[in-house]
Amino acid sequence: MAFPDRFDGLPAAPRCEGVYKVTGDTRGNNVAIDVLGVTKVFGAADSGFRALDKVSASIRQNEFFTLLGPSGCGKTTLLRLIAGFEFPTEGRILLDGEDIAALPPFRRPVNTVFQSYALFPHLTVAKNISFGLEMLGWPATKIASTVERMLALVKMEPMADRLTDQISGGQQQRVALARALAPNPRVLLLDEPLSALDFKLRKEMQIELKRLQGETGITFVFVTHDQEEALTMSDRIAVMSAGRILQVGSPREIYDRPTERFVADFIGETNFLEGEAKVAGDRLLEVRLDAGATVKATAPDAALHAGRTTVAVRPEHADLVPGDGPADLTGVLKNIVYFGTDTHFHMTLDNGVPFIVRQQNTPGEGSGFSIGEQVGVRLHADAAQALKD
Amino acid sequence: MAGKRHFDVRRQPGFAFVAMFSFFALYLPMALLVVYAFNAGDSLALWEGFSFRWFVSAWQNDTVQDATLRSVIIAVCAAVLATSAATMAALATTRTRPYRGQTFTYALINQPLMIPEIVTAVALLIVFSRIKVWTDYSGLGYLIAAHTAFCVPFAYLPIRARLESMDLSLEVAAADLYATPWKAFRYITLPLLRPGIIAGFMLAFVISLDDVVITEFVKSGGQDTLPTYMLGQLRRVVTPEINAIATVFLAFSVVIVTAFFLMTRKKT
Ligand SMILES: Nc1ncnc2c1ncn2[C@@H]1O[C@H](COP(=O)(O)OP(=O)(O)OP(=O)(O)O)[C@@H](O)[C@H]1O
Ligand SMILES: [Mg+2]
Repeated sequence: MAFPDRFDGLPAAPRCEGVYKVTGDTRGNNVAIDVLGVTKVFGAADSGFRALDKVSASIRQNEFFTLLGPSGCGKTTLLRLIAGFEFPTEGRILLDGEDIAALPPFRRPVNTVFQSYALFPHLTVAKNISFGLEMLGWPATKIASTVERMLALVKMEPMADRLTDQISGGQQQRVALARALAPNPRVLLLDEPLSALDFKLRKEMQIELKRLQGETGITFVFVTHDQEEALTMSDRIAVMSAGRILQVGSPREIYDRPTERFVADFIGETNFLEGEAKVAGDRLLEVRLDAGATVKATAPDAALHAGRTTVAVRPEHADLVPGDGPADLTGVLKNIVYFGTDTHFHMTLDNGVPFIVRQQNTPGEGSGFSIGEQVGVRLHADAAQALKD
Repeated sequence: MAGKRHFDVRRQPGFAFVAMFSFFALYLPMALLVVYAFNAGDSLALWEGFSFRWFVSAWQNDTVQDATLRSVIIAVCAAVLATSAATMAALATTRTRPYRGQTFTYALINQPLMIPEIVTAVALLIVFSRIKVWTDYSGLGYLIAAHTAFCVPFAYLPIRARLESMDLSLEVAAADLYATPWKAFRYITLPLLRPGIIAGFMLAFVISLDDVVITEFVKSGGQDTLPTYMLGQLRRVVTPEINAIATVFLAFSVVIVTAFFLMTRKKT
């Protein structure tokens, strides 16, 4: 076994970096999992279904890393490859710098919280939590104290002796979490663990998960297709589509600086404007928009070229102004949608393209604009983001 | 639930009559058999008062004792062997990726249910008599082997049903929690499979206990089981002793079937 020593420390014991063989990424962060050009084809290698296509990612130690993407994009497949339930058709997966291709799932210091929980129905809550520890051959006293601590961690002490079908869905979810955390894995994989919970419980569990990750210092790889969940919880997000990772970055980077149309569109609302670009500096384009104005747009390397380009502008990165004043873009106000905290103004620009402006609501008076009116838009500095095509 | 327009067999003319007749035809003879087991007289038709004398007489009958013991030995051995084989067969046919010829395997395992018993009996008789000549062995082994063979499909069905309804992700979860394949089977699959295995065992046990045709063909001299003994008695003078034996048999079967029912119903 390649990782036996790691099961021996008490779960919440501080990690001593020197003990583990660690590798760094280019910024000097320690990498827990390195996914290197992984392709997964179901069925025949040439004609089968390509669930993952040359996926690469470095997941850092102690990171809350989220895989975000629409249904069927390959999130679960990537988790299953890391856990060892499937094997890559091509590419390698490193754990702390060691290739784990040869390790079966029961030898990998990686645990999973399954979407369906997969709790053992013939065992009690406590026995479910101790299962992994018993399989590792921990001494009984250490198992007992660890189970005790795990039960406390997920606030399930009163239900320790219940069978798992005698507790609620939210409680089952917590047991699944405790069971996966108990062996103190190097990496915890969570496959949409909150999707079955109601709104309120989900919010609670989100905070709970974040707290647990902070307390245990375990690397979390979290799968969701809920963009808000991803933005609020993650250290970094990988946005996936059709078997590829499109962009990896902090929630802020993903939201403010999407590199592709799909990413911009999938997360939050976005306005897309076309224009003619010319390079204006390092990561900077000057774009003459078809709709009128000329703007500076931040550009990822792949979009840093002259010619036709698309820029994204978030609705809250623009202000609505009266039509007779100075403005970057002008058009007709088509609809006003009131949302409580803010108001969405749907307009059609002079060249026929739709555009949405979101304005924070202030107490008292209304917006002062009315449908059918000629209005203008002023873009914030830095609002425009060029997308690769 | 069903609206008035729906076809409901219970509303067809004569349904009640046919149903009642069927129940009578089925249970009246059995009821009579049980009643006359308690007859004080020698007759199967004339009631002469209540008594346990035929139960006592059957109990003290050495031949009946022998036959009962033999029946139970054969049934226990056959049920154990058949259940083990059926468990392995069920695991092999459900815990794999679908493969070519899987349906054929199912059919092969279950075919004994369709083949007329008499055919199996004759075939076994021919083979076993050969082996008897070669080896000179004429013990209970032949009967146990024969019973095991026809009990396998009965044990297989409830076990496979249980396996198929089992959540595969549980075994994956066990592997994720450091259980080797053997430990995952031992601590997860097997405990969850237990009700199916017990049900399969009981079914095999009752089927073996009850068998006449194959036993009659395969047994050597002096190897009567309870059913073949009873069949032999019917050719001679019939006393209510037969009824008493049959009644005990019936009571025993009812207990096992009830247990089977409770076992398979509990926690699906
Ligand atoms: N065992 C398999 N055989 C064939 N195709 C598979 C298999 N497992 C997954 N796929 C396919 O691979 C693709 C990715 O599946 P995956 O389960 O990873 O999606 P996902 O991103 O987790 O989606 P969801 O959000 O719906 O859970 C899907 O199109 C799926 O149909
Ligand atoms: Mg999934």
